[in-house]
Amino acid sequence: MPFISNTDAQRAEMLAEIGLKNEDLFGDVPAELLCGDLNLPAGMGEQEVRNRLAEIAGKNYIHLTSFLGGGFYDHFIPSAVYATISRSEFYTAYTPYQPETSQGTLQAIYEFQSMICRLTDMEASNASMYDGGTALYEAMTMALRATRRNKVIIDDSVNPIYRVMLHSYSRNLKIDMVETKNHEGLANRDAILKELDNETGAVILQNPNFFGCIDDVTDIAEAAHAKGALLIVSCYPLALGILKTPGEMGADIVTGEGQSLGLPMSFGGPYLGFMATRKKYVRNLPGRIVGETTDVNGDRGYVLTLQTREQHIRRDKATSNICSNEALCALAATVYMSLLGKQGLKETAQLCADKASYAYQRLTAIPGVEPHFHAKWVFNEMVLDLPRDAADVIGKLIEKGYAAGFPLSRYYEGMDNSILVAVTEKRTKQQIGMLAEELEAIL
Amino acid sequence: MLIDADARYLESHEWVKKADGNTFTVGLSAYAIEQLGDIVYMELPEAGAEFAKGDAFGVIESVKSAADMYMPIGGKIVDVNTAVPDGPDMLKADAYNAGWLIKIEATDASQFETLMDEAAYRTFIETEA
Amino acid sequence: MKLVFEKSVAGRRGLTIAKSDVPTSINLDASLLRQTDAELPELSELDVVRHFTELSEKNFGVDTNFYPLGSCTMKYNPKVCERIAAYPGFAHLHPLLPQLRGGGMLTQGALEVIYDMDMVLREICGMSAFTMQPMAGAHGELTGIMMMAAYHQDRGNHKTTVLVPDSAHGTNPASASIAGYGIKAVPSDENGLMCIDALKEMLNDEVAGIMLTCPNTLGLFNPHVREICDLVHSVDGLAYYDGANLNAIVGRVRPGDLGFDIVHLNLHKTFATPHGGGGPGSGPVGVVDKLVDYLPVSTVVKRSDGTFALDYDKPKTIGYIAPFYGNFGVFLRAYVYILMAGKEGLERISENAVLNANYIKEKLKPYYDIEHGQLCKHECVFSATRQVENGVHALDVAKGLIDAGYHPPTMYFPLIVKEALMIEPTECESKETLDGFINAMIEIAKKAETEPETLKAAPISAPVGRLDETKAARELNIASLA
Repeated sequence: MPFISNTDAQRAEMLAEIGLKNEDLFGDVPAELLCGDLNLPAGMGEQEVRNRLAEIAGKNYIHLTSFLGGGFYDHFIPSAVYATISRSEFYTAYTPYQPETSQGTLQAIYEFQSMICRLTDMEASNASMYDGGTALYEAMTMALRATRRNKVIIDDSVNPIYRVMLHSYSRNLKIDMVETKNHEGLANRDAILKELDNETGAVILQNPNFFGCIDDVTDIAEAAHAKGALLIVSCYPLALGILKTPGEMGADIVTGEGQSLGLPMSFGGPYLGFMATRKKYVRNLPGRIVGETTDVNGDRGYVLTLQTREQHIRRDKATSNICSNEALCALAATVYMSLLGKQGLKETAQLCADKASYAYQRLTAIPGVEPHFHAKWVFNEMVLDLPRDAADVIGKLIEKGYAAGFPLSRYYEGMDNSILVAVTEKRTKQQIGMLAEELEAIL
Repeated sequence: MLIDADARYLESHEWVKKADGNTFTVGLSAYAIEQLGDIVYMELPEAGAEFAKGDAFGVIESVKSAADMYMPIGGKIVDVNTAVPDGPDMLKADAYNAGWLIKIEATDASQFETLMDEAAYRTFIETEA
Repeated sequence: MKLVFEKSVAGRRGLTIAKSDVPTSINLDASLLRQTDAELPELSELDVVRHFTELSEKNFGVDTNFYPLGSCTMKYNPKVCERIAAYPGFAHLHPLLPQLRGGGMLTQGALEVIYDMDMVLREICGMSAFTMQPMAGAHGELTGIMMMAAYHQDRGNHKTTVLVPDSAHGTNPASASIAGYGIKAVPSDENGLMCIDALKEMLNDEVAGIMLTCPNTLGLFNPHVREICDLVHSVDGLAYYDGANLNAIVGRVRPGDLGFDIVHLNLHKTFATPHGGGGPGSGPVGVVDKLVDYLPVSTVVKRSDGTFALDYDKPKTIGYIAPFYGNFGVFLRAYVYILMAGKEGLERISENAVLNANYIKEKLKPYYDIEHGQLCKHECVFSATRQVENGVHALDVAKGLIDAGYHPPTMYFPLIVKEALMIEPTECESKETLDGFINAMIEIAKKAETEPETLKAAPISAPVGRLDETKAARELNIASLA
């Protein structure tokens, strides 16, 4: 084991100095509780383990041209993101409990919080959550806590992966969760207004929604507020380079998945949940929050603040049980947003929309391929109806080297022929054209 | 003054004094405030709210600790000292007068007599320390 | 140091965006667009790299300083794990791919890692199956307690309460509370261990289970741990093992053999994945046979032909607790670490962690009070009560250590120890490093007597002096808004 520094001679010396024998070290464990030899192989050296893992990694096929999205995207990541976050002063540190030894992490989190606020038009952000799904669940319980109510309305245009997570987490809690069915790909106003009553603590929406459709939900925010409910909007942060912000629409809590901000897909994680709100709800926020202050010399510095909300102080009365979050991923997002900057984020978002628009034209020009929802604006993702079973067609396109999209039958009844196609700035005109040709050939 | 001779006390360090008739004034003992350190946040109920004896009526927080505050006597909140959450340092200056927190109209005024008096509270905090 | 926004220069760019190769430029309806640009900084790549490099220099990390933060197991993070996690075959894999027809065969390597990690953790912990999905330790706790609740519901049990020791991490009561249970704290006895008589009195049909760290947060191994589990089982309660302190016993004692039914691990502690300044973590949860049906979906199974597949067929599952398969990039690193350790290496880890902790404990005993000075496991908890007589508190000792070049221990935890200083050296550190730290602690103990004011003024060598936390909370400034 190369990660232990002491030699046998040093161990013997240390044991002698404290008057112990090696076998004394576990003398407090009754013999019958010791497990004996584990059935594990002998350890490997670095060269062996790199070869072994290279072989395993080689069994993953990453050369498909991917149009997969569903909230998790293949965006371009500038080299400087990894170069900076791999500074080991960042990644071998822990939660900044001691502010004097952690100003780097603390200021970076403060900058992250600031960027999330600027992006979403909110006033207060935490230091991060595990992912977009757990962030949405925490937002739901936060809204119910703030309103002291127990009913939530969620439209089925919200990511179905997140909706099943919300259902799982709520199972033992007294939460009355009502799901409305989208209307033509947008949040169903009529159904939401009908359900909205004085028991409702939150309305949960997503923009752009799971179908890629863009909406302005200002009207729903107003209706929710009129009943004393909060509006929670889950969003796609990169899209906010151009889209109307949740803050502008009147949202009270904004969450989202930050993977699009400089994180690789890594087969599902680590990703980055974010969560922001209005200042008046800040004491209901879960998770770490960094605040600015001054030191004994009057110089600016940063500390963890409002810690009395948290589990290590408030224990069973805390706003959440979260302890470790996704700090390094939040740092990656902060570096990514710094590199792209005001113009770069806007241009990247526009590029995604442009390429998606081109893909829409090409794909819907194929005989038998129709848009599922008509006359709606989309960002970089769209639902298309194929003339036959979508899962089957997608399977055939995989053989041709394309991950053409995600079949919606898994989550939506009656959408067996529908496919969700995502286009990022990384897809080229040629790749889009070739997908169209292959799809046409299969159909 | 660490302990006010006119007040009665809870083990959770709330004090209560007779105001007039069935009305009582409630605050937090100077000892407790000293233990908490700098107060950064307080939450007090609104007038009109009703609580039983022992219910939490509010929250007081320093940087590294948070405590619920409990009703020494059951009843209705008739007045709240809203100046305190805005300037919690006044608790340090005068915990037993200007730093009062709520006034209660008691449902059962005899509960007052069951609480610790000055001497009992003094013994209590000495053993606690 | 300036904020990144304060360095912004209008018109400066940090990245050249790829030119559009599509003929269209879509004009979205203006009502759907943001009114003003998101005020992100405008910087060159060099500006950005310098800014964050400068920030990194204001941090202590394991690579720069000894970091004996108790309960956090700040061991060395092997570089090879970083390199492997960045292999394109892992980093560029879309999580939805195996859910497509034919896609499973294109992700066999990733599924194999999940499957094999499950197998390896089963062996290390003596459990029947693991889920890799929980994204941190506390998330694992919540997952475990949700399974506990599903078990009781399935059996028609009406359970309302989860027991936790008074020395428990705050996440334990918080997790059980969020899962819908009430909490009762079991007191510790004079030896710093859970008081069995008190536990017996608290046990009744309403007890859903107990959550324990073992060794406990004082670093003490409770020899009666199996009896505790048996007692909880006697009321059909479940015993939950909080794996925060597994580093003390890994390779030698298995939670399953102690009688635990549910286990969560903190891979960023025991299995050396980077702490990242506060995450990402990974908190796999293992269960015994009677709870396997409640595991979250999906799980990875090995088919008769040796290929791996996702399995969603779990009618009694608690459902979906993560969007996909957990923090793959994190547990992949832990998998590499375990492969490198092997069975022999795991035993060496706990042995050296325990030796290092006891070495520090014995060497510092003459200078600092310790209430429970018996043999400890991976960490020891001192008390600065002797120093308080000179007005020096645990906080001042901690700040004094910063000036000596050491990251401070965990302070004021566990809550049952006054002026606590919780020291966890880990197995990685050399005798030379430990001796240096011990000397610094002794120097501080002396200073507490001779010149306490220097400790009250510490740190003076850090990028900032002591910060005004009261001001931070009162004059809340948590974002620079445009």
